[in-house]
Amino acid sequence: MDAIILQILNGLDKGSAYALIALGLTLIFGTLGVVNFAHGALFMIGAFCAVTVSRILTLSYTTVDETRTDFLGNPMEIEVPYIHNLVGQSAGDFMIDWAVPISILFAIPVMIAIGVIMERGLIKHFYKRPHADQILVTFGLAIVLQEIIKFYYGANPIPTPAPSAFRGSFDFGAFLGLGANSIIYPYWRLVYFAFSLVIIGGVFAFLRYTTFGMVVRAGMADRETVGLLGINIDRKFTIMFGIAAAVAGLAGVMYTPINSPNYHMGMDFLVLSFVVVVVGGMGSLVGAVLAGFLLGILESFASMAAVLETLPGINQIVIYLVAIIILLTRPRGLMGRKGVMEE
Amino acid sequence: MGILEVKNVNKRFGGLQALSDVNLSVAENTVHAIIGPNGAGKSTLLNVLVGKLLPDTGSVMFDGQSVLGRKPYEINQMGISRVFQTPEIFGDLTVLENMMIPIFAKRDGAFRMHAIESVRNERAVVQQAEDMLESLNLADARHDHSASMSRGNKRRLEIGMCLAQEPRLLLLDEPTAGMARADTNNTIDLLKQIKDERDITIAIIEHDMHVVFSLAERITVLAQGTPLVEDTPDKIKGHPKVREAYLGETAAA
Amino acid sequence: MLGLTRKDAILLAIVTVVALLAPFILNPFPTNSGFAQFNAGYPDLMQRFAIFGIFAIGFNILFGLTGYLSFGHAAFLGVGSYAGIWMMKLLTANIIPGIAASIVVAGLFALIVGFISLRRSGIYFAILTLAFAQMSYALAYSVLTPITGGETGLQLKLNDPRVLDGALAPGERAHANLFGLDMTSSIEMHFGAWQFTFNTGYYIAALVLVLAFYLSIRIFRSPFGMMLRAIKSNNTRMTYTGLNARPYALAAFVISGMYAGLAGGLMVAMDTQVGPERMFWTASGEVVLMTILGGAGTLIGPVLGAGLIKYMENIISKINSGILHEWFYWMPDGLEDFVITLVYPFVGKGWHLTLGIVFMLVVIFLPGGLVEGGQRLRRLAQGKRAKKSATQTNPAE
Repeated sequence: MDAIILQILNGLDKGSAYALIALGLTLIFGTLGVVNFAHGALFMIGAFCAVTVSRILTLSYTTVDETRTDFLGNPMEIEVPYIHNLVGQSAGDFMIDWAVPISILFAIPVMIAIGVIMERGLIKHFYKRPHADQILVTFGLAIVLQEIIKFYYGANPIPTPAPSAFRGSFDFGAFLGLGANSIIYPYWRLVYFAFSLVIIGGVFAFLRYTTFGMVVRAGMADRETVGLLGINIDRKFTIMFGIAAAVAGLAGVMYTPINSPNYHMGMDFLVLSFVVVVVGGMGSLVGAVLAGFLLGILESFASMAAVLETLPGINQIVIYLVAIIILLTRPRGLMGRKGVMEE
Repeated sequence: MGILEVKNVNKRFGGLQALSDVNLSVAENTVHAIIGPNGAGKSTLLNVLVGKLLPDTGSVMFDGQSVLGRKPYEINQMGISRVFQTPEIFGDLTVLENMMIPIFAKRDGAFRMHAIESVRNERAVVQQAEDMLESLNLADARHDHSASMSRGNKRRLEIGMCLAQEPRLLLLDEPTAGMARADTNNTIDLLKQIKDERDITIAIIEHDMHVVFSLAERITVLAQGTPLVEDTPDKIKGHPKVREAYLGETAAA
Repeated sequence: MLGLTRKDAILLAIVTVVALLAPFILNPFPTNSGFAQFNAGYPDLMQRFAIFGIFAIGFNILFGLTGYLSFGHAAFLGVGSYAGIWMMKLLTANIIPGIAASIVVAGLFALIVGFISLRRSGIYFAILTLAFAQMSYALAYSVLTPITGGETGLQLKLNDPRVLDGALAPGERAHANLFGLDMTSSIEMHFGAWQFTFNTGYYIAALVLVLAFYLSIRIFRSPFGMMLRAIKSNNTRMTYTGLNARPYALAAFVISGMYAGLAGGLMVAMDTQVGPERMFWTASGEVVLMTILGGAGTLIGPVLGAGLIKYMENIISKINSGILHEWFYWMPDGLEDFVITLVYPFVGKGWHLTLGIVFMLVVIFLPGGLVEGGQRLRRLAQGKRAKKSATQTNPAE
């Protein structure tokens, strides 16, 4: 029992990331009809927004602390972050500690801007081109984006810790009365899961309860008709692209404490997220979210020692295996609509 | 007993009864038109005939054999060719290549791998394709990309490609839709010529009454998924039910 | 000639001559000159030109003709490599059985993957092939370690059985060879300040490349090739012409898988080692880039694309800041630093950035690749002349 709960929990954080990336992918696909291979790169850029913010916050100058001495007896040189001078020491330290959540504020405008620029500058010219061309140009863009990040931030993963308040682990076992230490789960992963639920809920509410969202949903169902109503659907879709980019970016920001970001993390997630979208059903938002969590949890179960004993290596291939089976038995994915991408 | 026998065919899409108890018999070597207002089920019926849709109940026999459950390419190999509303041709290929493909399909069946010998050495096929283009007045364009042709010529090519397979039944889905008057008349002439020169049955779905009455020997009127009347063109013209269901609308428009 | 039209025969002749003279053509700069770094005429790189050329030619038979975009072709190359090295370990270091096994095993694997993947088309097909390739990669890394050597991969070892080969003298290593002709053996020729290297391995790879190219011309010009183009052009009409597109596409898939296997076998024949990274999806992406860059659906495009990308990879990635300073030393100091700062991200380790940008530019502005670019230039030159004569003869229009 506790083992099963643990695996479900373990699957949630990866599942959250898959779900958030897949949600954006399928939004873009559903609204613009574009297959965006650069979506993983947006996730990665989001993560590097967090890195950037934490670097800015810790930007320091060197000063001499007369009250202390180093081991040679000279006055000690210490690094003082500029932020101390701006907001005071305790507030400054708090901000540095909370760099990752604070990055969200920075990432939202940056990601929306990147998304809108991408759509207006590049993607828009590919609406009428074959899907193969869309895949190829966004694939090229993904390479470019990740190489730029690699140039400025290097190839090594950059540790970006969670706020100290969330660094410990939560004893789920004790909480559920299954015995202390039977299920240990890091706080931050809980935060990440909750965060992803909020974002997903937000996107769905936005699409459901705003006029903007209604137009977008109508456009996903039948673009031509909405166009005939005189609604400037293109403009709305551009904004939708920005929102999808922001969702991917925020998924990246919050993921940094779980896995130190590196320049190729986007590509690693992209391949799996595509599989998630296809399993969920191209163009289905609910399907993407559902499939994201399902596959994340499945992957986690496949990594259990007991499973690996009988089926060695299954954890590495289970997602692909499921994708192959689903595509062959339910060609439209779990919740795909008829007529989407079937040619 | 006609070459095409449709018996008691029903097809439902969710709450919509697209075809209900359709019975249709198309006699060999005739031109049979199927007309009806939008949403009458003409396209659904056509899709059933070519194997794209499977009806819920009923039978479709072509030349004594059932077509149901067969794949579209198998039905085509039985001798049913289809002309589409928007001409479906191989746009990236030259006109001559377009014409050669059905000839290969007729000769070699659904799949045969000639991966090494050159197309140029298939002299008989090339010759047959060129003759066919000649008879369609398309010979001058044979090395052009077919996508660059006019709508009317694309239609001629598509009909020619279907004929090159020597089908026993030619299905035409609104072959003059969206065409200028001159192109429409050309297409009518071409179809008349085909009817006179070949042993072929033609079933045509059409909106344009000019086309229907110039060609058809028998007409079935379809309304709300079911055949209303079937008769000769003259009788159909005067039929009160038909006027009410269909012709009245077009006359008013 | 050889069953080809004059135009195709000329193209084949050019490819053959360039392949044979590559050690000269690719080494235009004297060994000690500052430009020697742009020389590409050394065996290792030339072998890669030929091998990736073969890989891309095969990929083009699938993607260029049928339009099916496979994102998992590196799996066939990898499987071919593993089959090849096992033959060399178990049977003989002679490369013939190894390469034959590479082709056969990759072909069989392609048959299975293709049979399943081709039930879908479009993006679903791309994702399915990607899924198969990633699965192969993950398995080669983990469970299949007894067969694949896991992360370290496989090499020729002293204690390999090699049942067909005689025992080696103590301390001697087995060399990949063709009936005793060592793949690594080279003849060097000095000509003034120039140095040219003629390597056995390269010439064998080049010979295979020419054969592979010839075969692809025959396929392009055959009724089968025409059917494949018909699938890409209009699958609906294909079906309603009584043709079953799936076996045609599957045949193309298997043929291109066999080409990939051949490339994998040749790779093993050259460097007698293999690791799973060969199957990673970026490797599959690379062959897509090569084909598009050169011109998908054209005969010569993939070979050009493969050559250009491998050349860029080797030459651009070797440029470092020292070399940049050497180039721009003649500029005023401030300007020199500025220019170097601008150029630096694109060279050395940043060559992927250059690749990505070039690739994007090609997809955006030149979807037909380098071949289309060449044709446009030619038309531009001809067009100017044609326009002149047109205005003279037909002033009314």
